[in-house]
Amino acid sequence: MLLNIFRQKSLGVSVVIFFLLLITPAIIPKFYTYILAVIFVTALLAMSLNMLVGHGGLFQFHHAVFYGVGAYTAGLILVKTSWPWYIAFAAGPVAAALIGFVIGIFCVRLNRLYFGMLQISLGSLVWAIAFRWYDMTGGDDGIHGIPMPEFISSLKSSYYFVLIVSGICIVLMYLIYKSPFGSTLQAIRDNPERCAAVGINVKRHQLMGIVVATFFAGVAGVLFVTVEGSIFPDLMFWVLSLEVFIMCLLGGWFTFGGPILGATAIVSLRTFVGTYTEYWTLILGVILILLIFFLPDGIMGYNYREKIRSWSAGRAVRDMK
Amino acid sequence: MGYELALINPQLEPCKLSIGQATMETSQAITLAALGSHLLVGLSRAMILFIVTSGLSFVLGVLRVPNVAHGSLFMIGAFAAHSIAGALGGGSIGFWSALFLAPLVVAAISLITERLLFCHLYEREHLMLLLFTFALMLILGDLTKMTFGAAYRSIIAPKILQGSISIFGSPFPKYNLFLLIVGPVVAIGLWLFSSKTKIGKIARAAAVDREMVGAIGINVSWVFAFAFVLGCFLAGLGGALVSPTISVTIGMDHNVIIEAFLIVTIGGLGNMWGAMVGSLIFGITQSFGILLWPQFAIVFPYAAVVIILTLKPTGMLKSVW
Repeated sequence: MLLNIFRQKSLGVSVVIFFLLLITPAIIPKFYTYILAVIFVTALLAMSLNMLVGHGGLFQFHHAVFYGVGAYTAGLILVKTSWPWYIAFAAGPVAAALIGFVIGIFCVRLNRLYFGMLQISLGSLVWAIAFRWYDMTGGDDGIHGIPMPEFISSLKSSYYFVLIVSGICIVLMYLIYKSPFGSTLQAIRDNPERCAAVGINVKRHQLMGIVVATFFAGVAGVLFVTVEGSIFPDLMFWVLSLEVFIMCLLGGWFTFGGPILGATAIVSLRTFVGTYTEYWTLILGVILILLIFFLPDGIMGYNYREKIRSWSAGRAVRDMK
Repeated sequence: MGYELALINPQLEPCKLSIGQATMETSQAITLAALGSHLLVGLSRAMILFIVTSGLSFVLGVLRVPNVAHGSLFMIGAFAAHSIAGALGGGSIGFWSALFLAPLVVAAISLITERLLFCHLYEREHLMLLLFTFALMLILGDLTKMTFGAAYRSIIAPKILQGSISIFGSPFPKYNLFLLIVGPVVAIGLWLFSSKTKIGKIARAAAVDREMVGAIGINVSWVFAFAFVLGCFLAGLGGALVSPTISVTIGMDHNVIIEAFLIVTIGGLGNMWGAMVGSLIFGITQSFGILLWPQFAIVFPYAAVVIILTLKPTGMLKSVW
């Protein structure tokens, strides 16, 4: 299976891009380095969500919670304890996956919109606790100036750390995507009834998918802490969840790399339009509407039109029943 | 911040305060009188939630679209009410005409949006519709900010609704009493409308089987437009009604929409009485949460939602889906 990957054209492109990104901090100004690091973090988050939305067909409406849990766990361990950094960094994703498992157990029993709604309420529960527990989490102010270990304290070193870690994670996600497990997940998306009929435990696979995806969301959360050095409850707010959801749809949610494009587009839009006008969400909204009308499959997804059509046709038939 | 509790009553202010005061608050004996007044406050809050949520539920039932922009229309209703009341010189004339005109303004906005953009999307995948309403939320939010600015503002209720009367030995604002009357009136009006009038019956029929309604020669597109506008009208009405009790500001849309979604979900999607039951649960658990544990008051309704959805995944009452 590994050999197959190396034969692909897109792999060559990815490797080239990766090496380009390795040398860019030497050329571009500091601000852009920072923006690139933010893009990597956001892209990782969007890809982890897309594992469930695009490949799993689950309405994961509140993915930001797991991002936030990862960030809060890492940040709080760094601030409140004297444990070494690697424990904090490992604890973030593990805590996110744990919360993902608990929330997942409740959610996978439901379908589609109800799944999303229950997740929003459970996620809001977590958000509300982080938002209110002033002693522990700093409440709505969050915690700023989290001390970073020596080797990633500068912007450039944290850039490289984020680049390498998110690169590794994306490769891992690709392997999962191409693994039998990933294929099963996609099969469940396309036709859960038939999957159940051939003896796949649909709910268990979905739950496993949620745990894996939330783990990667937790990694993204930890990376966010290394870039920003702060945590705040907006990381878990549902608006961010929807924003990430849109990154997936924008980039093309049936493709593997689409969310990267979506994340890049939205983060750069926010940054560059945001410097000209405070009304950047207006522009985002207009772009979204244009996209919905003219490019409904996302930037990268246009050649997947047929696939999408067959899928939504299947959905429509099921909706009618 | 602390805006997430769109408070109906200054009595509830303590939940915004620090922990020291919060614990002081809890150490008071929970008397029957306090219980009663909290119940009434919760009920009046539930009425606002009901008016907003019934609109959302109606749209969800007929169009099957979770209208994320509903909260923005609620916010626009509040802002419009403020402007209209201000333009007419405040006082009771200003207030009553604002209460009457602001929902109409919101309805007009929604009608334009629906006919210009939204009506072309009905054949699409549900997620696209959701995405469209999110784009609408972004645009409307920014347009509101552009038009009205980010300042806090409030409306003064007319003389007859000012002040408070004594119930259970503690003061209870007259305005909340007014809300307690308006809520059921709206509920009964909606019920009469949807069960006794022809267009209401058509709308309900379209909710159950839109193909059949189209097949017998009814223009489904206009039924949808009507349902959408009615739902948004209710959002505007909720916004106008809530404006004398809270400070009207940017960001109030984010909180109300998430609560409205959860209420709709626990009540049963598209079921108006479900929206009522859900609002009552939400409002009462929140106000009792303030009584029991002010710091984590916002956790209580979310926890209630989780418990209900765990026990009864498709909501308390029958969903139209």
